[in-house]
Amino acid sequence: MYKEIKILRQHGIQYVKDLRRQPVSELFRGRPVISADITGKEIEIVSSLCPSGAIDDKSGAIDLGRCVFCRECEFCLREKIRFTNDYRIACSRREDLVISPGVDTPLRFDGNVVREEIRKIFRRSLKLRQVSAGGDNSCEMELNAAGNVNFDLGRHGVEFVASPRHADGIVITGPVSANMAEALRLTYEAVPDPKVIILAGTDAISGGMYAASPAIDRRFIEEHHVDLYVPGNPAHPLTFINGILDLLSIA
Amino acid sequence: MSELYRKISSNPFTISLDSIPVLDYAGFFDQTVLMMKDEAEHCAALYAVEMSGAPRLFCCLANDNDHCFRLYSTELPRERSTVPSLSKEIPQLHVFEREIHENYGVVFEGHPWLKPVRYPHYRADRTSVMDNYPFYSIEGEELHEVGVGPVHAGVIEPGHFRFICNGEKVLHLEIQLGYQHRAAEKLLSESRNGISRCVMCDNIVGDTAVGYALSYAQLIESLSGTLPATSLQIERCIALELERIAVHIGDTAALCADVAYQFGQVVCEALRTEIINTTQFWCGNRFGKGLVRPGGSNYMMNRKVVDKILQVLEDVGKRFAAISGRIYSLPSVLARFEDIGCVTRRQALDIGAVGMAARTCDVRRDIRWSHPFQYYGESSFEPLVFDTGDVLARGLLRAEEVRESTELIIELISAWNNLPAGNSGPDYNLSLSPDSFALSLVEGWRGEICHSAITDKSGNIIHYKIKDPSFHNWMALAIAVRQQEISDFPVCNKSFNLSYCGNDL
Ligand code: SF4
Repeated sequence: MYKEIKILRQHGIQYVKDLRRQPVSELFRGRPVISADITGKEIEIVSSLCPSGAIDDKSGAIDLGRCVFCRECEFCLREKIRFTNDYRIACSRREDLVISPGVDTPLRFDGNVVREEIRKIFRRSLKLRQVSAGGDNSCEMELNAAGNVNFDLGRHGVEFVASPRHADGIVITGPVSANMAEALRLTYEAVPDPKVIILAGTDAISGGMYAASPAIDRRFIEEHHVDLYVPGNPAHPLTFINGILDLLSIA
Repeated sequence: MSELYRKISSNPFTISLDSIPVLDYAGFFDQTVLMMKDEAEHCAALYAVEMSGAPRLFCCLANDNDHCFRLYSTELPRERSTVPSLSKEIPQLHVFEREIHENYGVVFEGHPWLKPVRYPHYRADRTSVMDNYPFYSIEGEELHEVGVGPVHAGVIEPGHFRFICNGEKVLHLEIQLGYQHRAAEKLLSESRNGISRCVMCDNIVGDTAVGYALSYAQLIESLSGTLPATSLQIERCIALELERIAVHIGDTAALCADVAYQFGQVVCEALRTEIINTTQFWCGNRFGKGLVRPGGSNYMMNRKVVDKILQVLEDVGKRFAAISGRIYSLPSVLARFEDIGCVTRRQALDIGAVGMAARTCDVRRDIRWSHPFQYYGESSFEPLVFDTGDVLARGLLRAEEVRESTELIIELISAWNNLPAGNSGPDYNLSLSPDSFALSLVEGWRGEICHSAITDKSGNIIHYKIKDPSFHNWMALAIAVRQQEISDFPVCNKSFNLSYCGNDL
């Protein structure tokens, strides 16, 4: 017992007090800013080098739903593209993930498109079933971390549960491998109504680096309404948590 | 019989395709059986490539004692040939033969277990589907089967486990994988883009992003005859050891969680956070994605990073030593770990276990030591070995490796301090040597990661092959749970923490 008290003292206070404003290291790759004066030639260069096709070859906009946050565009064009450490990049609408040149404002979470019942029913308690469908295990580990001693998402009544029958929705990671497509569908069906769908990580939102793979099957995602998009590679626990808090309108 | 192989002593290596001996299948068979009777020898790679209409089999063995590779090949007469199975003589080859069978339809006669490995979209037999996996079954009134997965209770990757139990006791476990298949090897074989390929390698097995990116970078550098600067080699070793420390501490937390020792879990989780946040401080990603690149680095280590690493390691090292001392002296924890999930030395050798799974069964197998890469050969690194092969050994090895890796990083940093700072960025357009075979091994936290490639006459990669340590080690888990209580499965599983996506690729 004495030993444990000593360890506990070293352990100190670990939980993040303000999940909305916790600082992260400077280099963290969050919301990018593209200079308004990026030229057509420059757009051509970065859009052709981008490994996930996230940069529009005409407008130069970066789609965070496709971006795998490799930062190669910034290394190639430092004066024009810069990744900030703003991790609050989860959105309720797919199109809000697209960042145009000249824009340097936080991403907008549009609360109006969130179904009324989500807030009404889940605001105090949201239980989630996670389905990894071709995920590389980094997103899965970050989702686990969202509930750990540091981030403690449980303080808001949000938890991962073992069975879809106990869940209010699913969190999908991975590009949805064809071999998991059926299990994903069955898991979703087993969740009682009303239910939410959350996509965590770029792989889930667009397929990421696997978007062109012949071994994935994204029909489930195309056929269903998605309530929350959480970009990242992997999605950082703070990105996920802030997205959830926005979804439930918790200040 | 004269032995026909190329003996190679460097890791990574590149040699011309012409210089690899091509044996007839009988000669290939006999040579493999003869050489693999040496228990220090294990199979680093055995894969088939379609070359001019028929599969050619490349076999590369790695020897723990003489620190060399032995590489040779054979040509099968045609697709879907039938040849005698090596697995009957050398059980560890079972999964390699299964893979070749699945991809090319080659039938290995006498194979005890010629079952699907991952159901790739390019499999030879399209009638073989996830739903009709041929599970082993035993008839008996006393027996029942328990199926778990693909979706598990925790937030983890999918896979299916089928237990045959007698009451609470597990007689047999069969593991069906493939749910995670994303065709990573295929995409790497077809890509002509250097950036895409290495970003892809960051995103195959995310919990080993550094290990994978390093295997790739080494391979490409070897194929292009590029030698990384000494300072860069050291930085890569540091990144790899940080990855090892973070996962080992995280797994210690998970082991504690499985035996309901919440105090240990919470303390270890917080310590893992410190380490991965240090990696994030260095490169902006908690898993080190983007940190390792061929030819150079986008995140050269600097004084600020070094100071941060040293400061965090000192603090975490002390605290982890205290908590692990506590964990492994508590009778209630030890009762759940000791003599649970045992794998014997003989079994480990037979299944060709690698990495942690081998080193907890008294098998001295560690690529950092046997086939040193990057700066490891110049460091004082020596592998740690435990001999009880149980969950406790796998827990203790983690604790000891955290300590050892911490010391190693401190040693690496003092060597780095004396070197001129390197400052070159990555090179994505290295030209690769034509008509070559290349292979690179990296000892990640689970064990050896093998990347191998074959180039055509213009130096384009035409075949890319990856082997995760889990490819060998899933069998160790299946063996470990035999005759155990089924309620001990979670802790056995966690003690190995094998990769699903690394198997399914
Ligand atoms: S950081 Fe995103 S947009 Fe830039 S190159 Fe990488 S994937 Fe493309």
